[in-house]
This record gives sequence, C-alpha cells and structure tokens, in this order.
Amino acid sequence: MNDVTTQAAEAPSLSRFLKAHVRDYALLISLLAIMIFFQITTDGTLFKPVNMTNLILQNSYIVIMALGMLLIIVAGHIDLSVGSVAGFIGAVAAVMMVNWKVDPFIAGIACLALGAVIGGAQGYFVAYYKIPAFIVTLAGMLVFKGLALTVLGGASVGPFPKVFQLLSSGYVPDIFNFTLNGAPFNLLALVIGIVVTGLIIYFNVRTRQNQQKHGLAEEPNVIFFGRNILIAVALIGFSWLMASYKGLPNVLIVMFALIALFVFLTTRTTFGRRVYAMGGNEKAAKLSGINTERLTFLIFVIMGALAALAGLIFAARLNVATPKAGLGFELDVIAACFIGGAATTGGVGKVVGAVIGAFIMGVMNNGMSIMGIGIDWQQVIKGAVLMLAVFLDVYYKNKG
Amino acid sequence: MQPILEMRGITKTFPGVKALTDVNLSVMPGEIHAVVGENGAGKSTLMKVLSGVYPHGSYDGQIFFDGTERKFGSIADSENTGVIIIHQELALVPLLSIAENIFLGHETARHGVIDWFEAFRRTKELLGKVGLQEHPNTLITNIGTGKQQLVEIAKALNKSVKLLILDEPTSSLNETDSNALLALLQEFRAQGISSILITHKLNEVMKVADRITVIRDGKTVDTLDTKTAKVSEDRIIKAMVGRELTDRYPPRHAHVLEPIFEVKNWNVFHPLHADRQMIKDVNFHVCKGEVVGIAGLMGAGRTELAMSIFGRAYGQKISGEVLLHGKPTDVSTIPKAMDAGLAYATEDRKTYGLVLIDHIKHNVTLANLEGVAAKGVVDDLEELSVANKYRKDLAIRCSSVFQTTVNLSGGNQQKVVLAKWLFSGPEVLILDEPTRGIDVGAKYEIYGIINELAEAGKAVIVISSEMPELLGISDRIYVMNDGRLVAEMPAKEASQEKIMRAIMKSWED
Repeated sequence: MNDVTTQAAEAPSLSRFLKAHVRDYALLISLLAIMIFFQITTDGTLFKPVNMTNLILQNSYIVIMALGMLLIIVAGHIDLSVGSVAGFIGAVAAVMMVNWKVDPFIAGIACLALGAVIGGAQGYFVAYYKIPAFIVTLAGMLVFKGLALTVLGGASVGPFPKVFQLLSSGYVPDIFNFTLNGAPFNLLALVIGIVVTGLIIYFNVRTRQNQQKHGLAEEPNVIFFGRNILIAVALIGFSWLMASYKGLPNVLIVMFALIALFVFLTTRTTFGRRVYAMGGNEKAAKLSGINTERLTFLIFVIMGALAALAGLIFAARLNVATPKAGLGFELDVIAACFIGGAATTGGVGKVVGAVIGAFIMGVMNNGMSIMGIGIDWQQVIKGAVLMLAVFLDVYYKNKG
Repeated sequence: MQPILEMRGITKTFPGVKALTDVNLSVMPGEIHAVVGENGAGKSTLMKVLSGVYPHGSYDGQIFFDGTERKFGSIADSENTGVIIIHQELALVPLLSIAENIFLGHETARHGVIDWFEAFRRTKELLGKVGLQEHPNTLITNIGTGKQQLVEIAKALNKSVKLLILDEPTSSLNETDSNALLALLQEFRAQGISSILITHKLNEVMKVADRITVIRDGKTVDTLDTKTAKVSEDRIIKAMVGRELTDRYPPRHAHVLEPIFEVKNWNVFHPLHADRQMIKDVNFHVCKGEVVGIAGLMGAGRTELAMSIFGRAYGQKISGEVLLHGKPTDVSTIPKAMDAGLAYATEDRKTYGLVLIDHIKHNVTLANLEGVAAKGVVDDLEELSVANKYRKDLAIRCSSVFQTTVNLSGGNQQKVVLAKWLFSGPEVLILDEPTRGIDVGAKYEIYGIINELAEAGKAVIVISSEMPELLGISDRIYVMNDGRLVAEMPAKEASQEKIMRAIMKSWED
C-alpha cells in the first residue's frame, strides 16, 4: 500500500516527464517538421494522395527490413547482407515464376523459406562460431550479390504473373462504391482507418487505466490526451488521403501488420525481453540461463525472412528482377535504425523508432526528388542527417 | 646506511573509505622487503601510491627515494627515477615479440625509424641477465607465464631499475618457475637492486625476505627483521589477521538436515590452456539448511570451481559428478543447472550479474521470465508485483523498481542480483563474494538474507575472501588453495589462523 502512494505522489510532473522522454518525442517531431518543410518546399505535392501512396510503396521494403535490423542491432550485431539477399530473392522469385512457371503463391512461400535459411546460415556462424556479424554478413553481401547475377544470367527477368504484382500494386478493393465530389472515394479505407484508430485509442486508454490502478501512470494527462488526439488526427487524415486515391495498398496492410507484430514481440514477449537483455549484457544474460546462441541464430533467421519479403515486394513493384535490385538497401535500413535511436553498443532501440527513422529517410528521398535535387546532393544531405541524428543522441546522453 | 625508499605517514582516502592510514615503509639498498597482508589490507593501494598511479596530492604523507623527496605525478615519473612495478596482471602485448615488448614505448629508434639490430642485441643482453633463453623474435603468446614474468623483469632492467616492486609474482607460476624467480631476486640483491615483494605465500617470504612489513586494515602493524630475530610463519599470520571479531554478524540458529548437493571428483582445465588444470579432484557436499563457506586466497580457484559446476560456465575437459538429493544430475548447461535447482550469483555483478542499462524490474525476472509470462507473453503487472515484492523483502533502496540498475549503490545492486536468483526458485545457492565492495550496513543485511535462506531450507555456499565473514556466517568451511580443497572444518572450530595455516601448509606439500 505504501509503495503505491509514494509512486503516485511522484508521478506526473510535466517538465520532468518531458525531460526524461525528450528522445522519443523529438523523433516524432523531427518527422513532422521534415514533412511540413517538404510540404512547403514542394508546393503541397508531398501530401497529395497519389504522392502519399507512392511514399508508402517506395518505403515499405525499407521499413520491413528495419524491423528485423532493429532486433539485430539491439542484440549487438549488424547485418550488411540484407540488400543483397533481397535482390537475390527477387531474382530467385523471377526465375521460379517467369522461367519455371511455378505457382506464385508456392514460389513466394519458397522464397520466404529460402530467405530464412540464408539468414540462418549467416546467424549460425555469428551465434555458434562467434565470428563478428560484420564479417559474416559482409561475406554474405558479396556472395548473394554475385548469386543474384548468376541466377539471372546477368539479364533482367520479367514480367511477373498478375497475381504476384498485386503484392505491390494492388489495393484493398472497395465494397461501398462511394463517390465524393464526383471522384471515386474508397470509403472502406477510411472506415478501416477509423476502426484502427478506435482500437489503438481503446487499448491506450485501457493500459492507462490499468497503470493508474497500480499507481504507475508516468505520463501526465496532457501528454496522454495530446498524444492520442495526434494519433487519431494523423491516422484518420492519412486514411482520408489514401481513400481519395485508390485506397489502402496491400503492402500497407502487410507493413502495418508486421509493425504491430514486432512492437508486440519486442515489448511484451519473453523473446523480446531476452534480446534486449542479451544486447545489454550478453555475459549476464548467458549466466541467467538464456540460450544466447540460439537467440542470436533466431534473430538472423527472422532477418533473412524479412529481407526475402522485402525482395519480393521490391520485385513485384518493379515487375522485373534486375541484377542491381537491392543495391545499397542495407545502408538505408541500418541508417533508419540508428536515426530511430538504436545504440551501436546494443541493448537499446525501439521498433517504432526504427519505423519513424525509415520514414524520415523516405520522406527526405521523396521530397528532395520532387524538388529536383540531384541524387548526388541527396546522398550528401542524407548522410549529414544520419550524422546529426546520432551526434545529437550522443551529445544529449553525455550531457544529461 | 640510508634507506633507498622511505614512505612516511601515507594516508589515502577514497570517497567513504580510508584505504591507508599513516603507513610507514622503508626499504634499504640491496634488500628484499616483503609486504604481506590479507586481501584488501591495502598492499596494492600502497604500491599504487608509490608508483605514481595515485599522483602526488591525492594522498597525504611523504615519499623519499634515493635521499630526496619525490612527488610522482605519474607512472612515468616513478619509472624515470628507477622505481618499477610489475603487476599481477602482466602488461605485455601477447601478439608482439619479446623484443618489441621490452622496448615498447622506448623503442631504439632514430627519427621514428626503429633500429632492429640494436633492439635484438640489447634484448639478448637483457634476457641473459634474467636467465631466459628465448629468441627475441618469439611472440609473448608462445611462451609460458613464468617466462612472461621474466620478460617483464627484463623490461624493468632496461629502464635502469633501482627498486623493483613485484605484486604476487608467483601466483600463477609453478614451483620451478617460482624458485627461478626468487633466485633472480636474490641475484639482484647481490647487485644492489632492492625489491619489494608482495605475496601471500609465506614460505617464499621466509625463504628470501630480509625484512617483512605486515599491513592490516590499511595500517602498518609490524615490521619484522629476519636477520636479527627468529620469525615464524605463525608470528606473521597472527600479525596479518589479528583483529578482534565484534558483533558484525546476525545470530545464526543452524538447523542442518541431510546432504542435498554433492560434487565428486571434480576436475577442470583452463578454458584456453588445455594443459593447465585449474580444479583438481574436488569433493564436497552441502546440506539442506546449511551455510557452507569456501575460503581461500585470490586465484585459489573458488570462482572457477563454482562456475564450472554451474552449467560449465567456465573451463574445459570437465569431469566429475554432481548429485542432487543423492541422484546424479546433469548440470552441463546453464539452463539444465537452473532446472536442477542451482543458482550462482557472480562475484562481478557489473560484468556478469546485471544488465546495467536496464531497470530493476527487468533484472529481477531475467533468470525466470517464464515465472511472469504465459505462452511467451510477459504479464507486466505480475512482473511488477514480483519486483516490488523483492524490493520490500530484501529492502532494496531505490526510487522505484523502474530505476536503472547502474544508478544503484553496490549493496543494492547485489540485492537485485540476489532477488534475480531467489525468483528462479533454487534449492542450492552459490554466492560468490556476495559482499565485495559493499559498506558494512549493507553487508549485515546480506548476511541476514543468507540466514533466512538457510532457515527456509536452502543449501547456501558462500565464497569469500574475507575470512572473518566466513567465520561469522558459515556452519562449515572448506579451505581451497591452488585448485584443491585442502581443509574442511566446522566453523565453530575454525579460526583465521587455522585457515591461513592450512593454505600455507598446502603450498609446502
């Protein structure tokens, strides 16, 4: 009883709370600021429904790989091979579906399994032979880049079967046939958006009530309500935008489902907890009975499967598998995690952070392209932003 | 004759602890001077003051060397005047050659270009002086510890040494190497080079030392001259441990039942050097409700014994049998050992015990996440109530269980480690140095927890370098030395002198 009262008494102090969680909010505010900046500099093109849809499609594979990469980085490792693996899997999918006429569904499953095997093979050396992941995946990067070329015979293979293309170019079909101001409006997208918003707010409120009951509610009321209103506005606004174009892309559904799954995995499960513990102090985790080798191995399997999925999405989007597919993806993925607040030393990082990091990179790519900034300067600016984000992180950590 | 070194009234304080109080030490030219004392008595601190690791100004008192007062600001300062310390942990780069190591930082170079011929010539000369027959090109990693020790000494000779300080030089050497090293010190003495020898091995002290300074609790308690008076080992031991036991331990009402944990013929080899046997034919048992202490000096093999039993977390080529409740039990991996009911709380809580960047709640459940989870999903509220329960039971002082463990005091960190293992529900707990670096008040609380565990029917094994502590809390004490259990005694009949004597006797055997 005593504990509860003391904790409740010291809980909500707005300024102290903000100070403690400045990192979490700073990231979201940065994303918003960057979006508003490009909305202005592109004369309102950024938030146009068609552009928003494109933004999602262009970045989905980066976001999906960032989910796995976050686990790897939190565990204290790195995976440089994801771009090459994604490219290789795209090539294998093309050969299976186009040349061998394998059923797209079966081929897709086989490709995901192949990705998991590749991840497992690399993870095996990292976990059981203690070879640094940097080396193992650097080797993997070269191997699978080369294998992609071999499989494709140096040429592009395509186009893919219609069903497979739907993975990237398909939308959740509308059932309402509704029009707004004479233009078709995908009401289903809006409805889904509202339902999801409702669910998220319901869960947030329930968690908060539970916390309050146990005197744990850290977050001041203002922030809690503000945050939820912001989520609602953003989600409903976003689904409105999607609805006024073609609706919700299939990829978006896949991406959101995976994000939700990984948030759950990292915050609620024993698996997630063990990954953080291992990244925070591997020796202590091992002595606490955690099978760190198997855990490391599993993380790489997951990463491999996600890289494969990203490869499929990318191939379906281009509708052709090229030897150059996946080139440099790993850099965007790794950058997304670090911008999102993951620590190179392991043990620290959030899934939501990595996703926001990926979108910061994505919005900058998109915005700068619309502004007509050349690819050369785009790279310079992206590099500078990564450096700045990590510098600020380190600077404030040392200061505070 | 003027002493070459005179340390007068050295007092050194760390935040909250007085490590040295008014310590005096004088060393004559051409003398082997032994400094002895228990673990933590302040020997190493004194040597760090002397060698400039703790610079002038960070301690009180004066140091006279070669007739003038010295104010060493760094190790380089002391080395330049001829005071050279060789630490227990050798400071050699394993993958460089002998010659490269000897001249590291003092290369025989002209304008940054190394004259290798000169380096080899001088290395040969120096190796000759210490009686080491190895090629200067041999890598350090390819020679044994004894020879590495000699390379360190050769390195010291290169710097024109006047006073050589050796910190536990023979602790990892076998008998032949130890004797060679001691003979070398005697040779140096003949050449007028003085040595300070810090060691636990009193037989070595008796063999070579001219004078002996005994340090206890940060104070000089005795200086003995082996030439003028007959000094016995017992006399030294008495001076080393002669403190009065006060009421620093909670009362213990032992209720010892049948043996539940037995280890038989346990042998373990070093994880890297497969030919170095770390644990030799160890047999012991612990009973339900009993607190068993394992005494020994640093490097005796106690931690290695515990970790090798706990899921083979240490060593290789492990052989032997572990019995729980009289039945042979497989403890070959950490999860298996934990399932069998073992728990091992490490001596190094920062490296092996806690995830320092995480908070108390997550650390408490780390070893038994299943206990607060259903089908792999953690029940946050259940976890919270578990953490709060241990916070209350063990009196962990913190703002809340969401406090990051890195910010806790040593005593409270130790309690979090204990909480983690208690929550794993063990029958046999091995506590390795459970009170290291903890203040007296927290120590008393930890002893209380150990008592309660025994009363609740657990078997508790406590490894500690503090003998009074073992005498105060154990029911029975094993003495370990050089990888062997060399004595076993009921705590009632045990004394510090008896334990020390058992250790010293085992060196002689």
